[in-house]
Amino acid sequence: MMSSALLAIQSTNPIALTPNELWVINTFFYVIAAVGIVAALKMVTTKNVVHAALYLLVVLTVVAATYIVLGAEFAAATQVMVYIGAVMVLLLFGVMLTRAKIGDDGDLDYDSKWIGGLSAVSMFAVMGYSLWEAFGTDELPADMAVQRTGQVANSIFSQYIVPFEALSMLLLAALIGAVVVARRD
Amino acid sequence: MGGHPFLADGVDFGDVILAVVLALVALVLTLVMTMLMVWFERKVVGRLQNRIGPNVAGPFGLLQTMADGMKLLFKEDLIPAKADKVLFVLAPFLAVVPAFLTFTVVPIAGDFSNGGSGSSTLPGFLGSREFLWQVADVPIGILFFLAMSSLAVYGIVLAGYGSGSKYPLISSVRATAQAISYEAALGLSLAAVFLVSGALSTNQIVLNQVAEGYGGFNFTRWNVVTTGLIPFIVFLIAATAELNRPPFDLVEAEQELVGGFHTEYSSFRFALFFLAEFMNTVTMGGIIVTLFFGGPSGPQLLPLGAFMGFIWFFLKLMVFLFIFVWFRATLPRVRYDQLMDLGWKVLIPISLAWLLMLGGLQLVRSGDLSFVDSTSADLVIVIALGLAIGLLGYAMLNAAIRTSRSERLAEEGLKLIAPKSQDSESLAGHQTGTTQGGH
Repeated sequence: MMSSALLAIQSTNPIALTPNELWVINTFFYVIAAVGIVAALKMVTTKNVVHAALYLLVVLTVVAATYIVLGAEFAAATQVMVYIGAVMVLLLFGVMLTRAKIGDDGDLDYDSKWIGGLSAVSMFAVMGYSLWEAFGTDELPADMAVQRTGQVANSIFSQYIVPFEALSMLLLAALIGAVVVARRD
Repeated sequence: MGGHPFLADGVDFGDVILAVVLALVALVLTLVMTMLMVWFERKVVGRLQNRIGPNVAGPFGLLQTMADGMKLLFKEDLIPAKADKVLFVLAPFLAVVPAFLTFTVVPIAGDFSNGGSGSSTLPGFLGSREFLWQVADVPIGILFFLAMSSLAVYGIVLAGYGSGSKYPLISSVRATAQAISYEAALGLSLAAVFLVSGALSTNQIVLNQVAEGYGGFNFTRWNVVTTGLIPFIVFLIAATAELNRPPFDLVEAEQELVGGFHTEYSSFRFALFFLAEFMNTVTMGGIIVTLFFGGPSGPQLLPLGAFMGFIWFFLKLMVFLFIFVWFRATLPRVRYDQLMDLGWKVLIPISLAWLLMLGGLQLVRSGDLSFVDSTSADLVIVIALGLAIGLLGYAMLNAAIRTSRSERLAEEGLKLIAPKSQDSESLAGHQTGTTQGGH
C-alpha cells in the first residue's frame, strides 16, 4: 500500500479508468469548462479594462486545469508560468502604466464589435467542426498515462527538434524586432 | 485496481487522512515559523542597529508577534470609498495562498543517511503507510514552485490597483516590472539545478545531493558546489528581489510610497499581507536549502531518525533567514534603474552563460561530447570554451550598451540644441505676429 505522498512517483504505469472515476473527472471538467465560458464572456463584456485582464486570467487558469485533467502536468505548469506569471503580468503592467482608471471606463466599447463576434462564431464553428470530424465520439485511450516532463523533453529534442528550433528563432527574431521598433538607438 | 493517472495505485481513506494531517502540520509549522521569523527579524535588526528590539511580551519578547497580531485583529477594517471592493478583498488572500502552497513541496525532515530515501513509515496500528516529510512530492516540484512564485505578484498588483489610490498603484506598477525582470534569472539559475540533478521533484533533488558513506553527508555533493556557486548567488539575489525584501523593496518603499501596495489596508487584511511576506521569506529559505544545500539530509549525530533531518533543515534554514535579515539591516535600497540593470544586464546574461557551460560539462561527463581521449582534458577544454564564449558575449553586450548610450546621448545633445532653435522660431513668429498686428 502506497501513501498519497509517494503516489506521484510510482504512477507512470498506465491504468484503466473505472466508470466511477470517469464520472468524477468528467464532472470536474464540466465545472471548469463552465467557469471558463463564463469568464470568457465576462471578459469581452466588462467595461473595466483591469477586470477584463483578470477574467482572461481565469480563462488561462481554466486551460491549465484542463491540462491537469488530461495528465499533461508539464504543459499545465508551463501554462501557469508563462501565461499567468509572465504574459498577464506584463499586460497588467501595460494597462496600469497607460490607463488604470479606477472604476468603469464608460467608453470602453468597440463600434465594429459585430466583426469580432462574427469571427469568434466562425472560429468556433471551424474548430468545433474539425475537432468533431477528427475525434467524433472517440474516448480517451484506456491506458492513458501521465506525460512525464522527461518524456516531453525527449520528444521535443529528438522528434520535434526542427520545429522547436525554428520556433525559437522566430521568437528571437520577434523579440529583436520589437526592440528595434520600440527604440531607435 | 483502477484510477486516474494521477491517482494510480488507488487512494483509500487512510491516504486522504494522511494528506490532510500532513497539510495541517505544514500549515501550523509555517504559521509558527512565520511568527518566529517576524520576532527574529525585529530582534536581529534591532541588535544590528544597536537597539534591543522587542523584549517585553513573553521571554525575550517572543510573544511580540502574537500581541501585534491580536491588536491588528481588533482594529477597524476599512475599505476606501474609491476602492474596487472585490479586488480589494480578494488581494490579501491571493498573497497568502501561493506563499503556503509553495511550502508544500519543501521536504522538511526525513532520514536521508545511509541510503535512506527520506520516507518514514507510520506505525502498524495506523496502517503502516510510507510517507515523505512534505505535503506533496509532485513530479514537477520545482516547476510548481516557479509557477506559485509567479502567482505571488498578483496579490500585490491587485491590492495596489484595487485600493483606488495613487501610491499603491505606483507600487503595483513597480511590482509587475520587478517580477518580470527577476523571474527569468530565477528560472535560469534553477535550470542549472535541474541540469545537474536530472530531476524536478524536490525529494529527488535532495536524494541527488546525498553522498554514499560519510553518513550521507558530503558537502561536495550539494548543488551549490556541483553547479559552481554562480547559480546559487544569482538565485539568492533574484529570490530577494522576488520576495520584495530589502535592498529590492521598492514596492513598499515607505519614504516614497507611504506603505506601497498595503497603504490603504488595515486590520486583518493588513495582517494577511504581513503574514504572506514573512511566510514567503521562510519558504524561499526552505527552497534554497532544498535546492542548493541538501535539504534535510545530514549525518545522524543523534539517533533521532527523521527528526534529525528536521534539525538539519532548521539549522540550514536559519542561516539563510539570518542572511535575509542581514541584507535588510546592511544594504541601502537600490534605485529603480539599478534594479533593472542588475536584473537584465548582469543576472540574466551570467546565468545564461553559466547554464550553457554546465550543459557542455554535463555532455562531457556523460560521454556524448569529446574532443580528446581523456575526460579531464575535455572538461578543461569545455570550461575554456565556455569562458571564451562568455567573455565574447559579455564584450558584445557591453559594446551594445555603450553604442546605445552614446547614440542616445548624441540624440539628447541634438535635442538640447533643438529647443533653442524652436524658441527663436516661435519668438520670430511672435515678432512677425506683433508686427502684423501692428499693421
